[in-house]
Amino acid sequence: MEGDIAQLGQFIGAGLAAIGSGASAIGVGHVAGNFLAGALRNPSAAAGQTATLFIGIAFAEALGIFSFLVALLLMFAV
Amino acid sequence: MSGEAETHGEDALAATGADAAAAHGADAAHSANSGLQIHPMDQFVVHPLFGDGPIHWYTPTNVTLWMAIAVLLIALMMVVGTRGRAIVPSRFQSIAELAYGFVRKMVEDVAGKDALPFFPYIMTLFMFIVFANFLGLVPMSFTTTAHIAVTAMLALAVFLTVTIVGFVKNGTKFLGLFWVSSAPLPLRPILAIIELISYFVRPVSHSIRLGGNMMAGHAVIKVFAGFAGVLGVGAVAPIAAITAIYGLEILVAFIQAYVFTILTCVYLKDALHPSH
Repeated sequence: MEGDIAQLGQFIGAGLAAIGSGASAIGVGHVAGNFLAGALRNPSAAAGQTATLFIGIAFAEALGIFSFLVALLLMFAV
Repeated sequence: MSGEAETHGEDALAATGADAAAAHGADAAHSANSGLQIHPMDQFVVHPLFGDGPIHWYTPTNVTLWMAIAVLLIALMMVVGTRGRAIVPSRFQSIAELAYGFVRKMVEDVAGKDALPFFPYIMTLFMFIVFANFLGLVPMSFTTTAHIAVTAMLALAVFLTVTIVGFVKNGTKFLGLFWVSSAPLPLRPILAIIELISYFVRPVSHSIRLGGNMMAGHAVIKVFAGFAGVLGVGAVAPIAAITAIYGLEILVAFIQAYVFTILTCVYLKDALHPSH
């Protein structure tokens, strides 16, 4: 058996951190889907809200990137 | 005698086998460490342009080279684009006018008319990030914005600018940003703590969003390139996947620059009008 318990924990932790990326994907989809639902109800107001859409997506996405970063740190930096 | 030799030989063989197994194990551990043949993180290694010496703050590296290329290209595009000032714009002039109008409208819409003195700064940020992102997509190039060191300086500059502008324009009223006057009184101290934390996390999320997105996209492309390398000539699926992800990355390169700029505008609006 090669490796040690620390490496095992490192890999398991990186895999668990990857769940966060999927969770943030759900969040981004939620933002975009709700925007589309609203935009189809009132298409004339949709154009003015694209900036808000991107800000919302960016905030949701940033948390997924954080978890990806944790996974990378566990794999390569620890 | 011969039996002894045989056992001896067997022993030696076993020893060699064990050695080989150990060596193989070490190799496997190494390859488990490095993952693929083409390491997806190798593309982000900063190395000096000349020689192998240590990197000081003044050493020309591949990061500084590609940042300089980005700045040169922006200067070239803007100088060539605005030289003619024709009524019917040339191609370069159209691009320059498009970029100018896009950022100016964004600043006006999001941060308001009184944020227009900061338009040159925001335009500089946007152009630099867009060019750095797109230059990173050129094969064999280097993505400067994938480094958190680069994006952290950009975000820190925005954070300091916004904080100083907030205090200069509004004085102590800027602290009203943290005192949510529309909330019930007992809740306000708690909300103030939350607002304070979220204010100081801003530069962190601002920089990691851009750097992480760029790094993740390029690492994914390299991972698929590793699959293609393993499969050799018949690697149709990985190459198709790389093509698709590359298209996505072009979109991401623009959207992340847009998001970085628009968040700068939002922070600037908070600094100019801190009332909740």
